[in-house]
Amino acid sequence: MTAKVVTITSGKGGVGKTTAVANLAVALAADGKKVVCIDGDIGLRNLDIVLGLENRIVYDVVDVIEGRCRLRQAMIRDKHFQDLFLIPAAQTRDKNAVSPSDMVRVCDELRPDHDFILIDSPAGIERGFRNSIAAADKVLVVTNPEVSAVRDADRVVGILEAEEKYSPALVLNRLNPAMVKSHDMLSAADVLDLLAIQLIGIVPEDEGVIVGSNRGTPVALDGKSRAGQAFRNISKRLQGQEVPFLDLDKQEGLWGRIQRLAGGRK
Amino acid sequence: MGGFFDRMFGSKRSAESAKERLQLVLVHDRTDLTPAQLEALKDDLLKAISRHIEIDPAAVQIGLERDGREQRLVADIPLRSVARRRAG
Repeated sequence: MTAKVVTITSGKGGVGKTTAVANLAVALAADGKKVVCIDGDIGLRNLDIVLGLENRIVYDVVDVIEGRCRLRQAMIRDKHFQDLFLIPAAQTRDKNAVSPSDMVRVCDELRPDHDFILIDSPAGIERGFRNSIAAADKVLVVTNPEVSAVRDADRVVGILEAEEKYSPALVLNRLNPAMVKSHDMLSAADVLDLLAIQLIGIVPEDEGVIVGSNRGTPVALDGKSRAGQAFRNISKRLQGQEVPFLDLDKQEGLWGRIQRLAGGRK
Repeated sequence: MGGFFDRMFGSKRSAESAKERLQLVLVHDRTDLTPAQLEALKDDLLKAISRHIEIDPAAVQIGLERDGREQRLVADIPLRSVARRRAG
């Protein structure tokens, strides 16, 4: 077994990177994969609370790098899945405590015993981002259908392509089908045309995502959630399966259809 | 909000504005070329070409175009025919 290292990044903050990592992690673990997530946002630890593991942290990734603990000791086992682990970010240090070669070393030590290593990159294109992509086999760029997020995603894709060793794929997060329908939101086709990279998933806007974060139970565990379904589909694609993209229009609920027929918009 | 009035006065829906604005800004982001620098480049190109052949500066179109993730500088420069040049 040799793990695939997948880094999730975005350029702009607040587009749903951490949520995407948490959801892909549980979706992969639910398929029986051995998964480790690494929170790469040193100083702004977040993945622990989204996964509901914030009370179990003893050591963090900087403790591993600086030799204060063994790798195993910093790996926190998930509440739901035996084979899902989190290596948390340090909260009281900054990004300069880690170098790209440190991340490569940590990932190389994890590779033999796992199927997937997911790295949650910080926003921006500086040191923390460089650290997060250093070991990546695959980079997922998360964006929202908003001008600022798309522009920043394009910068990140440009940087990744300039380095030639990464193959970026796009996760379009928080798409609102009703707004797309009324031409008040960029469509998936628009964003793909602008960014011109491979698409790996479209995640519809879903209140369940916040409810999941509130509880520390990612929405991918909710079989009825559309966003959860979208994340489960991305996890299948990461495993090399061909899964058709969700038809977001067709899945529009009864309420959405009533609103549309009534000519109303949210 | 405003959907009805937008339609009535024929103004663009916001998604269309977003796409058009992004198309422009991404070309400049990717090439690290500001609109002012592009204008200066156009002027230099026109001057250079005019030294060799007669052209109508008003008919010249020079701009950056996207092709996937690649950008190219495209120039469309109509040449005046010899007959017209003599007549003019």
